[in-house]
Amino acid sequence: MAELDTSGGGKHKGGKIRSKKASTRVDLTAMVDLAFLLITFFMYTTTLQKPKAMNLAMPDNSVKTTQLAIAASRSMTILLGANNKLEWYMGEAGKSAPTVDNYGKEGIRKALIENAKKVADTHNGDEKLMEVVIKPSEHSTYENLVTTLDEMSITNIQIYAIVPITPMEVADLKTNKIYQ
Amino acid sequence: MPRVKVARKSTAIDMTAMCDVAFLLLTFFILTAKPKTDDPSKAEVPASTQKIPVADANMITISVGMDKAFYSVTEQDVRVAVLAEMGKKYGNQTFTPEETRRFELTPEFGVPMNQLKSFLQLPSAQVADYKQPGIPADTTNNNELFDWIKMSRQAELGLHGKDLDVSIKADRKEEYPMVNKVISVLEKQKKFKFQLITSLRTAQK
Repeated sequence: MAELDTSGGGKHKGGKIRSKKASTRVDLTAMVDLAFLLITFFMYTTTLQKPKAMNLAMPDNSVKTTQLAIAASRSMTILLGANNKLEWYMGEAGKSAPTVDNYGKEGIRKALIENAKKVADTHNGDEKLMEVVIKPSEHSTYENLVTTLDEMSITNIQIYAIVPITPMEVADLKTNKIYQ
Repeated sequence: MPRVKVARKSTAIDMTAMCDVAFLLLTFFILTAKPKTDDPSKAEVPASTQKIPVADANMITISVGMDKAFYSVTEQDVRVAVLAEMGKKYGNQTFTPEETRRFELTPEFGVPMNQLKSFLQLPSAQVADYKQPGIPADTTNNNELFDWIKMSRQAELGLHGKDLDVSIKADRKEEYPMVNKVISVLEKQKKFKFQLITSLRTAQK
């Protein structure tokens, strides 16, 4: 155990002078106390959960290319409003009434999955993928944006972009009372 | 009648094993510990299901909190180089070696150039209480945040021959216009790919 063998092994011939055997047992209580104190300190101060990164690529706006028109039939627009509310519509603005929705599994995720399926059913080939346009309004929070982008990766939507909101859409948010 | 004697046992326990374990754990925690950096932006990041860890090196982080922008870059030599450059551009300021040293050891700050000198001269005890006004990041083409990022990237290119990554760490309650300002600052210098810092969502909503 803790003691070391200090017997020196075997007896010497003749009565030689032997040094007094001192116990090598050390009282470890204080040391253990200190060690646990430090452990507790380090446990409280370390952050075990490292922050995670979400990659975001914005379109290159420095080169003016011919704008590719988004096919209205397979585009979904999400307007991020205030108070953790959003509204979405398919196709062109003003042509179909927007739906006011919430974030989360039963809200926007369900809508995204359903719409993506509808688009996949009605289109062929390369056009099977739904395009999502995200338009954050002035009073939506950063958390809303991150949650929406996260939904894109959860529902596996390949094509999406963050686009400035238009005054018409702001007016629509106002009528639905989710602008401020 | 003989009394029943209870054998007296020693109360000393052998603590060697416990001591070993305690120190093993202690070593583990010391080695994995990363000192918490003072975060003047007080940004509380939103949660997401993303699992990519944030890199520790080669990174510019723009923190956004309370409608203010804060700037930090991981590389210390870049900090020194960029401070000299920024001083030259804004009012031809020169910084003493002490001020440069202080800046080198400041992980994150949010002070406009005209107050930076007095900020670096503050006694270290007062730094934590000092209300940092944030780095100006208006919509003009030449704002200070733009220059900080641009010059850091140039310094990194000169010193290490690569480009810095940029990440945005905003508070979850921050409204979109401020975040948009930071994004457009990045877009103006053709930095179209960047990272948003989030924390891992533990339970599915």
